[in-house]
Amino acid sequence: MRLTEAIAARAEPVAALRDVTLRYGARLALNDVSCVIPAGCMVGLIGPDGVGKSSLLALISGARKIQVGAVQVLGGDIGSRHHRDAVCPRVAYMPQGLGKNLYPDLSVRENIAFFGRLFGLNRRERDGRIADLLESTGLDPFPERPAAKLSGGMRQKLGLCCALIHDPDLLILDEPTTGVDPLSRRQFWQLIGRMRQDRPGMSVVVATAYMEEAEQFDWLVAMDGGRILATGSPAELKARTGSATLEDSFIALLPDERRQGRQPFTILPRQGGGGEPVIVARELTRQFGDFTAVDHVNFEIERGEIFGFLGSNGCGKTTTMKMLTGLLPASSGQALLFGRLADASDVEGRRRVGYMSQAFSLYTELTVAQNLDLHARLFHIARDKAQRRIDFLVERFGLRDHLRQRSGDLPLGIRQRLSLAVAVVHEPDLLILDEPTSGVDPLARDEFWRLLFDLSRHQGVTIFVSTHFMNEAARCDRIALMDAGRVLANGSPASLVAARHAPDLESAFVGYLEEAAAARQPSPSGAAAQADLRPASSTAVTRRPPLAWFSPRRLLAYAIREGLELLRDPIRLGFALFGTAFLMLVVGAGISTDVNNLTFAALDRDNSVESRAYLKELRGSPYFVEKPPLATEAEANQRLQSADIQAAIEIPPDFGRNLKKGLATEVGVWIDGAMPFRAETMRGYLLGVHQQFLGDLAARAGQSAAAPANLQARFKYNQDFDSIYAIVPGTMALQLILFPAILMALAIVREKELGSITNLYVTPVNRVEFLIGKQLPYVAASMVNFLVLTLIATLVFQVPLKGSAFALALGALIYAVTATGYGMLISSFCKTQIAALFAAAILTMLPASQFSGMLTPVSSLTGAGAVMGRAFPMSYFLPITVGTFTKGLDLADLYKYHLSLLAFIPIFTMLSLLFLRKQER
Amino acid sequence: MRVLANIFWLGTKELRSFFQDYVLLGLVVWAFSLAVLAQAQSSSQELHNASVGYLDEDMSPLSRQFIAGLTPPYFKPPEPVAERDINHLMDTGRYTFVVTIPPHFERDVLAGRHPDAQLAIDATAMMQAGIGANYFQQIFSAELHKYLSRNDGAFLLPSQGIAASPVTLSVRIAFNPNVTTSWFTSIMGIINQVTMLAIILAGAAVVREREHGTMDHLLVMPVTPLEIAASKVWANGLVITVAVGLSLAIVVRQLLGVPVAGSVTLFMAGVALYLFFATAIGIFLATIARTMPQLGLLYLLVAVPMNLLSGANTPIESMPSPLRVIMSASPSTHFVSFAQAILYRGAGIDVVWPKFLAVALIGAGFFVLALRRFRQVAAAQAG
Repeated sequence: MRLTEAIAARAEPVAALRDVTLRYGARLALNDVSCVIPAGCMVGLIGPDGVGKSSLLALISGARKIQVGAVQVLGGDIGSRHHRDAVCPRVAYMPQGLGKNLYPDLSVRENIAFFGRLFGLNRRERDGRIADLLESTGLDPFPERPAAKLSGGMRQKLGLCCALIHDPDLLILDEPTTGVDPLSRRQFWQLIGRMRQDRPGMSVVVATAYMEEAEQFDWLVAMDGGRILATGSPAELKARTGSATLEDSFIALLPDERRQGRQPFTILPRQGGGGEPVIVARELTRQFGDFTAVDHVNFEIERGEIFGFLGSNGCGKTTTMKMLTGLLPASSGQALLFGRLADASDVEGRRRVGYMSQAFSLYTELTVAQNLDLHARLFHIARDKAQRRIDFLVERFGLRDHLRQRSGDLPLGIRQRLSLAVAVVHEPDLLILDEPTSGVDPLARDEFWRLLFDLSRHQGVTIFVSTHFMNEAARCDRIALMDAGRVLANGSPASLVAARHAPDLESAFVGYLEEAAAARQPSPSGAAAQADLRPASSTAVTRRPPLAWFSPRRLLAYAIREGLELLRDPIRLGFALFGTAFLMLVVGAGISTDVNNLTFAALDRDNSVESRAYLKELRGSPYFVEKPPLATEAEANQRLQSADIQAAIEIPPDFGRNLKKGLATEVGVWIDGAMPFRAETMRGYLLGVHQQFLGDLAARAGQSAAAPANLQARFKYNQDFDSIYAIVPGTMALQLILFPAILMALAIVREKELGSITNLYVTPVNRVEFLIGKQLPYVAASMVNFLVLTLIATLVFQVPLKGSAFALALGALIYAVTATGYGMLISSFCKTQIAALFAAAILTMLPASQFSGMLTPVSSLTGAGAVMGRAFPMSYFLPITVGTFTKGLDLADLYKYHLSLLAFIPIFTMLSLLFLRKQER
Repeated sequence: MRVLANIFWLGTKELRSFFQDYVLLGLVVWAFSLAVLAQAQSSSQELHNASVGYLDEDMSPLSRQFIAGLTPPYFKPPEPVAERDINHLMDTGRYTFVVTIPPHFERDVLAGRHPDAQLAIDATAMMQAGIGANYFQQIFSAELHKYLSRNDGAFLLPSQGIAASPVTLSVRIAFNPNVTTSWFTSIMGIINQVTMLAIILAGAAVVREREHGTMDHLLVMPVTPLEIAASKVWANGLVITVAVGLSLAIVVRQLLGVPVAGSVTLFMAGVALYLFFATAIGIFLATIARTMPQLGLLYLLVAVPMNLLSGANTPIESMPSPLRVIMSASPSTHFVSFAQAILYRGAGIDVVWPKFLAVALIGAGFFVLALRRFRQVAAAQAG
């Protein structure tokens, strides 16, 4: 406690929390937390997943809104917007998850440059700073490599570069080393240490799940269940609990009820051994393209053995396991299970294997009981036997109280036990477990391992388990150390430690890693570990405290980044550029409201000169195609039914005779009314043909054929009344709102879903810059689309542009901004990309097809339809496309529509701003 | 037996998952209720509330009678316009029709001088323009006829042909005597939704397994890709079949009062057959897409043309013949065709069996294709 006070007294604290409570819905993440975090030192937050570490860091960084309580950061209330804006350039926040705030499609340099722009660095400052950071982190050999292709350790270093680009006073790191190999982890902390030497004033706050790491920190906050258990230096904590290790002292700090029934973990020694091998890997290799994920791996696992696979994320552990289960064929080499080749189609072999994948692959929508039952059924265990087995497992794994709960709602530790129960429901001889304990607290982890030992020692189950925790690896009978697709060494943990003359397993592993790295190349990362940061003064950022409210550079940062991402995502880019063209071709060629090729058949009961003359009139019509004649009325009915014909003409007996005598007679027609629009049009055609017959008849009789008066119909704009002239401009207006709206909505919700939205929360970028910056690339894509569509219209469909091209292009530009704005607005309401996609598609298609004049003129709309039509931008762009293409109008005729479209832009932007938050709730 | 049991139990899991996915559940409910209603109530395929302007330079009883004959619901009350404004008003889409009656029109009619009245039609108002022109012609000759016969025919020469013409054409519209559009649009709405949802649901079921990592899990159990795919087909197919049945019974027959001519059972059998194909497409697309958004984008590019060109929106015989040949390979075309035959024309299995067969054959072919692709991807899905 004395040290704590000493530190606290030395300087003003970097952060202080008072009575802070945070809830996510019903779940309490932080429960009345108060603490003072000293400045200028390395502070660690320790505790398992889900105890509130991340929430605490998010509050301190200002990323999340404070619900209850007060948080002081760097001498001010972080809850106040003003203070947040002021200190934001002094804080750097690296969220949890490997490279979560990075952009995987962007290269190393582009990622750092993006953050540099956000913090207002000009080009010269950026370039200098990037060069320094890359060199000191050892990333300088690959500035052009996309972040997605970096190993976990490199990705964390890149995250650090991005966080340090603006020389922060407070660096917040949320589990920066989880899943990273021990060598990279060690290098990472060395790097942080050097940075702190250069900038002694910098405070670092780190959350971690590795207790060994936390031993090195200056001051710790131990957390559990949303509360702080204790604070103090590692030595203080250990002294207070009288434990040898931090992990033990953490367990000692837990409340009593959590510790109940806990015994210290003991390794049951393996009896006998030397059984026949259950798994044999011989020169096992797997390549994905030019990338070798698993490189000539060899090992043997004996019956009843617990064999551990130790390595970082992405080192090939999962790929190896998939080859062993037969999920993935090997590129070369062999994997033998029970002496047989692992084969995906070997259904019988699968009965002897239980598998638990990294993601605890359970059906989270099903309850605990349903999950167990489903798996028992899929393994075709007899019902009574299955029931006994499930009862046994429920008892043994302590799931009784959770039977009716949805497995998605279970705490991680219980979900993991369920996952194991599910994997052993069919009593397999071999268990393959891929990182089964990641994220689980030490108590639950011990409990899990006890179950594994029980299975191995008492039931003779062979267990193959992968992990990145050293202390778990140490419990295995034998382990294999894996890095970059190769097994560096294998043997019992003790023999490996002995072979390297290392103090512990971690150091032994680091030794093997260094050896391997040295063998690979004159190691850049190794060299970097020794490299020193250049004097920070040479390129240190000149701080400009008054940050402009609006900065074109920050806006550009987002525009450039979004553009690059779009260019590198083939599906989205293809959709953005060719989707419209494809649909335009389909619709233009296939959709037509012209009605022709109508089929009819005649039932000529008269068969006279006159009746044949009547039918001849019909045959002469360009709209009709004759089918074989009808014999009976029943046939007419049947052929109408089967859509063989669409009209049946019946000419009555004595038609000719009556006609000659001047007696009234009647021709009957049945029209297929299934499609009303077609039926109506057909009726019109038939009446026209009939009139023509009457006219011809009168003419033959020497009478004047003329009616007393005529209505001369003239189709304006399109004399032939060919629907292509209306459909093509109409489709164009539809496509140019549908696609930009969908893409824009996806672009914003994508950031929410993938987590890079954090950069909006914790960097100086404001919402206007964010939205408009993201909008620009899509406006550009929309204009490319507009050009393509115009070319298709004029060249493919031969619909000439009769009016002003300028009016059309200007309209398209305003429309592009409006349409993306519409997508922006839709994205405000959506949390997931798929919801955004559907919402955008439905909310565009419905008003576009019904209320914007595409099929029904806007002037015919009444009531709600009319209101919806007026509130939808397409209603104002459609007159521009139709006007310029078909009606031959220019800007003077149409400018009012341009102005109306323009009016949407501020409205959509304001509404989107209103719904977009600068902090997470 | 074992295979069937696996398919059954995997399918029950699909159903449980579906009912927990509120976004998809909401989509299904919306698609088969509100979306169908909205489509049925739109008047896009008929003449409804057409806007008419008129320039009456005659101001005679005949001209007034003609203009008064343009009545709702087909036309909005006609509004007088000035000659110099006509072009502008039509350019901006204010009126779809403008009728001009010249001076001395009535006098010229009675004098047998065969005058012409003018009707300008905005040809860019696709659906309304064509049907509207016919209505105008019919109303024009009917009013003329009424007017002349009231005038006793005293001034009429026989050659004026208005006296009862020797032949009349009696047009009867089969299957939908009043040509009510909602009969067509409501049922075609359901049909479009079937294609859309089958693809989305089945596709989402596959992508969901992959995103949650449960696909690996299934593949290491003694179940085959065939069983996995078949379980998704039956479970999602069942959801949609039930939704279609409810929508047809409640929305279409009860709320909209649309009569159904043929056997609903036969139609439902056809729906089930078609779903076999549509869900197979969903699975196929899901093997191409890696994420839900990608599935959504692919869906738009595949399903939209399939729906638009199936004949459920515009007459299929008006399409250029190469396209018609291509579309005859799409079961959606046959589906629309047999749905119309059964539901509107009351056709039985004797009439529609060739269409059923076509759907079944193409569907089976596609299922095999989807299954092969599914197997490959399932085998090589590691990243």
